[in-house]
Amino acid sequence: MGRTMAEKILARHADTADAMAGDVVIARLDLVHLHDANGQIAFETFERFGATHVFDRERVVLISDHFAPAKDARSALALEAMRRFARAHDLRYYFELTDGGIEHTLLPQKGLVAPGDLILGADSHTCTAGAFGALGMGMGSTDIAAAMALGEQWIVVPETIRCEFSGPRHPFVTGKDLILSVIDRLGVDGAAYQALEFAGPAMPTFNIDERMALCNMAVEAGVPVNQVYIGNCANGTMTDLRQAAHVLGGRHIASGVRLIVVPATQEIYRQAMREGVLETLSSAGASISMPTCGACCGLHNGILAAGEVAVTTTNRNFRGRMGHVTSQVYLANAYVAAASALEGVIQDPARLVNAPAAFA
Amino acid sequence: MIFQGAAHRYGDDVDTDVILPGPYMNLSEPADLARHALEGLDPNFASRVRKGDILVVGRNFGCGSSREHAPIALKAAGISCVVAGSFARIFYRNAINIGLPLVVAPEAVEHIEDGAMVAVDATAGTIVANHRTFMSRPVPPFIQGLMDNGGLDRFVRERLTQRVGSGQET
Repeated sequence: MGRTMAEKILARHADTADAMAGDVVIARLDLVHLHDANGQIAFETFERFGATHVFDRERVVLISDHFAPAKDARSALALEAMRRFARAHDLRYYFELTDGGIEHTLLPQKGLVAPGDLILGADSHTCTAGAFGALGMGMGSTDIAAAMALGEQWIVVPETIRCEFSGPRHPFVTGKDLILSVIDRLGVDGAAYQALEFAGPAMPTFNIDERMALCNMAVEAGVPVNQVYIGNCANGTMTDLRQAAHVLGGRHIASGVRLIVVPATQEIYRQAMREGVLETLSSAGASISMPTCGACCGLHNGILAAGEVAVTTTNRNFRGRMGHVTSQVYLANAYVAAASALEGVIQDPARLVNAPAAFA
Repeated sequence: MIFQGAAHRYGDDVDTDVILPGPYMNLSEPADLARHALEGLDPNFASRVRKGDILVVGRNFGCGSSREHAPIALKAAGISCVVAGSFARIFYRNAINIGLPLVVAPEAVEHIEDGAMVAVDATAGTIVANHRTFMSRPVPPFIQGLMDNGGLDRFVRERLTQRVGSGQET
C-alpha cells in the first residue's frame, strides 16, 4: 500500500521501515526554530530540563520577528533573552532586523529548508515548509525546548488529506485563493491532527511564493474598508508585492484608507526597492514598513480600532486578532487587497486592471 | 487523577488569540498570564474562575497559534482540567506538556451546562455530571503516560540521562 508524504518522512527520521497514521514515533529533527514571542518560556523550560547544550548549533535557529524592534520594555526583555541564548550556545543562525525577516519566508531564503526534511518550529505556520517538500510542524515552547535539547521529538503520525488541483488557472487567482477555498470546504477544524498534501496538474502554474501561501494556511476562510495590510508569512513575498504594484501602479488609494505594506524579509525589501516596486506602492499612498509579524497578530504597526474593517493578505481573521474585539478582518490575495485600497470597498481587481501577462 | 469543580461552558473553535490575546505574549510569568485568561472571549472569566474549576468546551478547542501562554494562563487561573469535543493539535500537546490534563468527550460536552458540578476521572476516563456518567475517548498509552507524569519533563530528563550513560554525549 502507498504511503503519504508525512508517513515516509517520519519513517525515515524514526529509523523504522514503516510508519502509519496513528503510530507514535520518536523522530530525529533536521531543523528546530524558535521566535521571540515563544522564546522566554522555551529557555526557562530548557534550563528546567537540566539541558546544558543544544543538540546541534547549526540546526537550532532563532528568529526575532514578532517584537523586533521592541515596542516596550517587556518586549525588549524578550529580545534580550533571544540574543543571550544564541550567544550562550554559539548558534550559527540568529536573525534580528539587519538580515532577518518573518521566519517562514526567511528560512527557505537562507537555504535552511530542504525536501524530505523534518522541521519543528515554535509557530503554527511552520507548515509553510511544505512548499519545499519538507514536513513542517508547529509546536509550543516546551516541545521546542525538548527538541533543542534532544534533537528528536515524539510525534503521532498524522492522517493525510490529499487535495488535487486541476483545470485552467483564471486571472487574479493565486495560491491564497486555493487555500481559502480548501478551508471553506473543509471548515476550520476540517483537518484537525491531519496533514494536507497539495498536488495535481494545475500545481506547476503556481510559483514557489504562491505554494508557500498555500501551505502556510493549511493550519486554518461591497464592505467599506478602513485599512489594507499586505504582508505576513503567508503573503509578504516578492510575488505579492509585484501583484499589488500591478494593481496600484499610476493610481492612488482612496481617501480615508490606510495601506500598510510589510515585506516579509529584508532581502525581499531590498529586491522590491531595486525593482521599483516600493516606489510604485509608496507613490500610490502605501506606508512601507520594515519586516515584522507586527499587526497580523495584534502586536503593533497597524492595530485596528473598534468597529474597523481591514482587508489583509494575512492568514487569520480570529475575533480581535488584529486589534479591538469588534474589528473585522477579511482575508484576500494581494490583487484583491490592492484593488480594495484603491476603491475603499472590497473590490474585484478585474474591474480595475487587465490581468498580468502570466495569466494570458 | 480526579478533578472536581464547576463547569465553565464555551462553544466550538475557541482560538488561542482569545484564550490569551497576542499583546500579552511578551509576558511569561504564569500569574501575569492568568489575569488575562480567556480575555478575548469573556473579559470576566479571570475574576470569576475558582481553583479547581473545569472548562467544558466544544470542538477544535485551542485552534490557531502555537503560544504555550494559552494553556499556562488557563492552568494558572485555576482550571484543573479541560473537557472538550476535540482539541487542536498544538494546544493538545502544549497542555499535556505543562501538566494541564485534557479529556475528549463530545457526549459529555453536549449534556453539561454552564455552572454544573463536574467530576472527571482522567485515569479511568469517566466524567460525572447531572447524575450521569460519560466516557471519554481513549488516549494512546504514550500520551497517557505523559499525563500521568504531569507533563513532558520526565520524558526529556530520562532521555538526556540515557545519553550521558551511554556515552553518546561528549
